[in-house]
Amino acid sequence: MSGPFLSLVLRDLRLASRSGGSAALALAFFALVATLVPLGVGANLNLLARIAGGVLWVGAVLAALLSLDRLYQGDFDDGSLDLIALSPLSLEQVAVAKLLAHWFSTGLPLTLLSPLLALLFGLPGPGTWALFVSLLIGTPAVSAVGAIGASLTLSLKRGGLILPLIILPLLAPAVIFGAGAVTAAVDHLSNGALGLLAAFAAAAVLLSPFAAAACVRLNLAG
Amino acid sequence: MFRYANPAVFMRLSGALLPWISGAAVILLAVGLWLGFHVPPDYQQGMTVTIMFVHVPAAIVAEAAYGAIAVASLFSLVWRHPLADTAARTAAPLGAVFTALGLVTGSLWGRPMWGAYWVWDARLTSFLLLLFLYLGYMALWNAIEDEARAARAAAILALVGAVNLPIIKFSVDWWNTLHQGESIVSGQIARVFLWPLAFMAFGYMALFASLWMVRIRTEIVNRRARSLMQRAG
Amino acid sequence: MISSLVAEKLTCVRGERRIFADLDFQVAAGEALVVEGANGAGKTSLLRLIAGFLTPASGGIVLNTDKGAIADGEERGRHIGWLGHHDAVKPQMDVGEQLEFFARLYGAGGDVKPVLERVGIARQRELPCRYLSAGQKKRLGLARLLMSGRGLWLLDEPFAALDTAGRALAADLMRAHCATGGMVIAATHDPLGLEARSLRLEAA
Repeated sequence: MSGPFLSLVLRDLRLASRSGGSAALALAFFALVATLVPLGVGANLNLLARIAGGVLWVGAVLAALLSLDRLYQGDFDDGSLDLIALSPLSLEQVAVAKLLAHWFSTGLPLTLLSPLLALLFGLPGPGTWALFVSLLIGTPAVSAVGAIGASLTLSLKRGGLILPLIILPLLAPAVIFGAGAVTAAVDHLSNGALGLLAAFAAAAVLLSPFAAAACVRLNLAG
Repeated sequence: MFRYANPAVFMRLSGALLPWISGAAVILLAVGLWLGFHVPPDYQQGMTVTIMFVHVPAAIVAEAAYGAIAVASLFSLVWRHPLADTAARTAAPLGAVFTALGLVTGSLWGRPMWGAYWVWDARLTSFLLLLFLYLGYMALWNAIEDEARAARAAAILALVGAVNLPIIKFSVDWWNTLHQGESIVSGQIARVFLWPLAFMAFGYMALFASLWMVRIRTEIVNRRARSLMQRAG
Repeated sequence: MISSLVAEKLTCVRGERRIFADLDFQVAAGEALVVEGANGAGKTSLLRLIAGFLTPASGGIVLNTDKGAIADGEERGRHIGWLGHHDAVKPQMDVGEQLEFFARLYGAGGDVKPVLERVGIARQRELPCRYLSAGQKKRLGLARLLMSGRGLWLLDEPFAALDTAGRALAADLMRAHCATGGMVIAATHDPLGLEARSLRLEAA
């Protein structure tokens, strides 16, 4: 199964990285959030360092959200999803492939950019490292939960509007634990946040393909 | 059990039960309120504690309603129980209203204690997220045109939300201890408060049940009217 | 290797509408079946039922292969080459890239060049698909069918957007597919251009 699976992951990655794709957009959005917040709250580096974990986590989640509504809808609208469903891959495997591609093209780049943005917020070393690790662990959860929302709304023309409404409450734990990890690191404490985040991410990634596949089946029959 | 799946059977049954349940709701709420106003003033909160009798039952019903929607969604997906979709869909706005009521009364209750209407108390914050879950659920139902598809999509969302809800509450609690937030009520509730609370809680549940039944009956009647109109002419 | 497709008492319900009921038909390997009917009679629904996207309200479809009979919709889908209404063509990908992706997705090896030549779009191999005409996109769809290596071809309005040469090509490909033991089921208003049995759907 590695041939078909890999080909789907690579295709989604290729589409995301081309013009009109999602990777560049997510990075730009993330950077813009990191720029606008200081403009809004002032350039006090003490304050910025304290809110960096939360602001950057929320920014990353919102940036990852941008490309989610096209995750399944693009293939659904042009009939590719029919063809993909008839391939040797099960719909669950398709869901895993798309999740993987989404994370590689959105979550991972955001994570890699985060240390630079942490600099803008004057986040000290340990905090930056915690931010990086928490995003590395947590963005798969964002892609996973987001994929469920994307598959639920794939038939909607303006599904992009209710998609954030559906998934953001479900992502509250990720934001809480992720930002909590940064706070702990800055205060030189340990509060188990990363462990909790990892558990949440593992659960989300494990369950998401089943829910997403169920939604795709539902919509193919529509 | 699946006998009740037949809308006609449900109509007969609910028609018989409705007067009793709504009557019970009125009585329970009346007694509860009377008892609530006649409790001795709490040594800490004075008479504002009476808001608790409006807030706590609302919170209980709001969460129970989401649980009910999750169960109905399970029936809808696994056993294809025909009334399950209607039950889930009609319960949502009711649950949302009770959640909003809980938020408002919780905020009013907190004002004398904390000096502010909102201090990110763990329970109220989870409650706010619950309100968003309700709104998302209702929005999904409204957005998908095909009713059958909307029902199944909403059912999947409700189940995902139900699984996530304990996690959300846990994470908000954890967050709250991290940031040393305020807490609305801790420790035990004095026994003298338990009676009015119990009456109000059951009263609210009876109220929810009767409103829910009315909504399901309305939906069934509407559907009949629609199919009649489709056939005529 | 597929040997036959048998549909028994097939009933299709979508939403509140009953599209068709108690449909019986059979197709054997090497045969072509044309599905005819007015718009809304359920031609696309029937194809989607066979492909396993839809579940029948009652009745069943069995695909008989040399490895046994397949009654499950999703398993049946593994034997199906699909050419639907929509092009399934990504504007940002090149023609060659698109075809290679589908070939690899379906686990079919082989070089795309001869297939592109067969359908007459070899010169567009490096062209991004956004520059293709509707007819060329259809030919790409036919190339996909060829490369899929699947036994049962389901085509929904295969002649739409094709010029006379394109139609002749499509008919040729279908004829060749049947000649090598494949099966073709096509929903179309136009004459197929090859020997085929006919199934007429009446609006219920």
